Amino acid sequence: MKVTTLTINGELVSASPGATVLEAARENGIRIPTLCALEGLSTVGACRLCLVEVKGSPRLQPACVTAADEGMEVSTDTDRLRRYRSMILELLFAERNHVCPVCVANGHCELQDRARQAGMDHVRLPYQHPDLPVDITHARFGVDHNRCILCTRCIRVCDELEGAHTWDLAGRGTNARVITDLNQPWGDAVSCTSCGKCAEACPTGAIFKQGSTVGEMEHRSDRIRFISAARARKEWSP
Amino acid sequence: MDKSELQAIAGKERGARKPVCVSCCTAAGCLSAGGGDVMDSLREELSASGASQKVEVRAVGCMKLCSRGPLVRVEDTSDGRPVADGARLYEKIKPSQAPVLIRAAGEGEAAELPMVDLSHPFFTRQRPIVLENCGVVEPERIESYIEADGYLALHKVLRDMTPEEVVKTITQSGLRGRGGAGFPTGIKWSLVAKAISEKKYIVCNADEGDPGAFMDRSVLESDPHRVLEGMAIAAYAVGASEGYIYIRGEYPLAINRLQTAIRTARRLGLLGSRIFEAPFDFNVDLRIGAGAFVCGEETALMASIEGRRGNPSPRPPYPAEHGLWGHSTLINNVETFANIAPILRRGAEWFASVGTEKSKGTKVFALAGKIANTGLIEVPMGITLREIVEEIGGGDPDGQVKAVQTGGPSGGCIPARHLDTPVDYESLAELGSIMGSGGMIVMDDSNNMVDVARFFMQFCMDESCGKCLPCRAGTVQMHGLLEKIRDRRATADDLALLEELCDVVKYTSLCGLGQTAPNPVLSTLRFFRHEYEELLQKEVTLA
Ligand SMILES: Cc1cc2nc3c(=O)[nH]c(=O)nc-3n(C[C@H](O)[C@H](O)[C@H](O)COP(=O)(O)O)c2cc1C
Ligand code: SF4
Ligand code: SF4
Ligand code: FES
Repeated sequence: MKVTTLTINGELVSASPGATVLEAARENGIRIPTLCALEGLSTVGACRLCLVEVKGSPRLQPACVTAADEGMEVSTDTDRLRRYRSMILELLFAERNHVCPVCVANGHCELQDRARQAGMDHVRLPYQHPDLPVDITHARFGVDHNRCILCTRCIRVCDELEGAHTWDLAGRGTNARVITDLNQPWGDAVSCTSCGKCAEACPTGAIFKQGSTVGEMEHRSDRIRFISAARARKEWSP
Repeated sequence: MDKSELQAIAGKERGARKPVCVSCCTAAGCLSAGGGDVMDSLREELSASGASQKVEVRAVGCMKLCSRGPLVRVEDTSDGRPVADGARLYEKIKPSQAPVLIRAAGEGEAAELPMVDLSHPFFTRQRPIVLENCGVVEPERIESYIEADGYLALHKVLRDMTPEEVVKTITQSGLRGRGGAGFPTGIKWSLVAKAISEKKYIVCNADEGDPGAFMDRSVLESDPHRVLEGMAIAAYAVGASEGYIYIRGEYPLAINRLQTAIRTARRLGLLGSRIFEAPFDFNVDLRIGAGAFVCGEETALMASIEGRRGNPSPRPPYPAEHGLWGHSTLINNVETFANIAPILRRGAEWFASVGTEKSKGTKVFALAGKIANTGLIEVPMGITLREIVEEIGGGDPDGQVKAVQTGGPSGGCIPARHLDTPVDYESLAELGSIMGSGGMIVMDDSNNMVDVARFFMQFCMDESCGKCLPCRAGTVQMHGLLEKIRDRRATADDLALLEELCDVVKYTSLCGLGQTAPNPVLSTLRFFRHEYEELLQKEVTLA
């Protein structure tokens, strides 16, 4: 694989061998909004926030899984993309229950950050407010399904970095939910090593450390990148 | 197994035929109307009557006019093959009518029972290629398929053609995928043939999840060997030696017949190692789906075969490059595979002579809705919707045809004023619908278009896998808005919001399910916008 050159928003940039469009943009200081992608984990292309326009392609492409090919012409911030991102965020806020002022992650939430950056300041869609449970059976952590955006970062970090595969998905569509072990209370999930990687990886207030109150749950998702890089490339500096 | 053995089986089969053949449909449609008991009574009656020197009873597949089942056909086969105009098709047969039928058959007379007119356009306007053996051969007996020239195409391919020649023939035939999107089959085969992969797989997509569709089920229940033969030819062409048929669990009869077909083909050496003494091995296994529509999407289907949750993944990489367990994989629909053997037997030119410039061959549809004749039809591409609805379907018995829905939850409603549109991939797409896999529902004035759109949206909402946000949450919101409009609670702002959501979900969803979920809304808005607007609340102006 070779270094490639491509154009992002009219600017000629270089990308490391094998980089995705998202990585190429980051290497060059261009910000593309993301939620499901987390450095150090595999990519799934699920949240659709990182969609970009690629010249010559009729479809929008998710930057997190699209290879940065030689000569590609990418636009990351068109009017159309901004409109779509804003609606995607509205859909997320309306889907479950995201009342920021009473959330443990208030001020440290990636969903909140994305909305602020996109200028999404109100939701035109009816709030669905499903009646979802909060599981606090684990000694150190809890999961509030009302705040979950189904990014599957917890599932991937637990499977790929911790090797425990405690988390998984059950149900489909709007009934999809993250579960622990065989859909048991987290406290009964014998595969859980209580490492806390899922709590660091979770972008919202869904997974929290017990005892946190409003605004106290700070996720250190950069630790996930550090662990992954340390393992893969023997890089030990954070 | 070699060609002479194949011919010997066919010869023996022909020699055993009796002058009069009583064929009873044993596909799911007629079975659900009591066809199984009819079959048993016919057999009992035949042995009791002593007419078995002259008359035979055969359990065949779908005879297409499913709404009139159980169907029984009686025909003269004295010269070894059925005489076309000597056949009589009896409808809605009861077990108690077996004695009358058998007696009349033995005497070469017509029984005094309700009969279907075989010279009706429903039969004469059809052009059977995929369904040529449907209702003719016995699906549970491989000998019956061999008698109808079965496995001759596989023999020809393995003994006389290189893999490249096979791919070229399919490309020249102009065949396009029948699973919905219409991707050129020859190109797909050449991509897999050229892929460098330690191992390659063939997958037959028999998940058929569109509501109301039963084309693939009918093919598998009526002529399963045709699909196996198509898959084996594909395997030779692309260099694969293992295949899977992914079939939905709701099709127990089709599963059963496929299992029988695989077992008997293996026993005769038509599947397995060194088929026809050629250096070619091919084995097929079934994988049973658990009833998720999204598992028909190719990446989700492969995840399901691998034993993972049936969620789609972003493409690229396409299955040709990175398929089952990371290996290059060819995935085609049941009907696509069912077209392969006839193309190789009769040539690419013959196939390309049927249909239009860009859509070759025929298409099988499950015709349903407000129409006199419902059932399974196979028509040449390029036929107009009007010919299908008015001639083959016999029109709407009580009222006016308002629209024709094609493509199920991914398709659209074509209004009656466009009935002269030819059925081909491009013409249907221009009208905001799609060819789809073959669902065709005729609607009249009793169908409100807002409710039609709401029905399909509910289907997509229930079947969304939930992986990507626009489809998971967008279908819920669109469904809510459609309900609000239907119940006269919505305003013009709600309609505008619905249109905005359609745009977002269509262009941002991960897989085809979400990308096409807005289609029924968009197409009914395009042609029946007034039906939405009539239901909106009028602006209230405060004095
Ligand atoms: C939601 C969804 C459901 C699908 N269901 C089916 C199906 O039931 N049967 C099928 O053959 N193709 C289905 N497809 C299309 C397949 O992904 C794939 O394109 C097809 O099997 C390719 O075969 P073909 O080239 O022979 O058409 C579906 C696609 C989507 C997006
Ligand atoms: S719990 Fe957190 S990390 Fe897991 S899917 Fe939900 S939002 Fe994502
Ligand atoms: S479009 Fe719908 S079905 Fe397809 S991946 Fe997204 S949520 Fe799943
Ligand atoms: S970050 Fe790319 S789809 Fe979520």
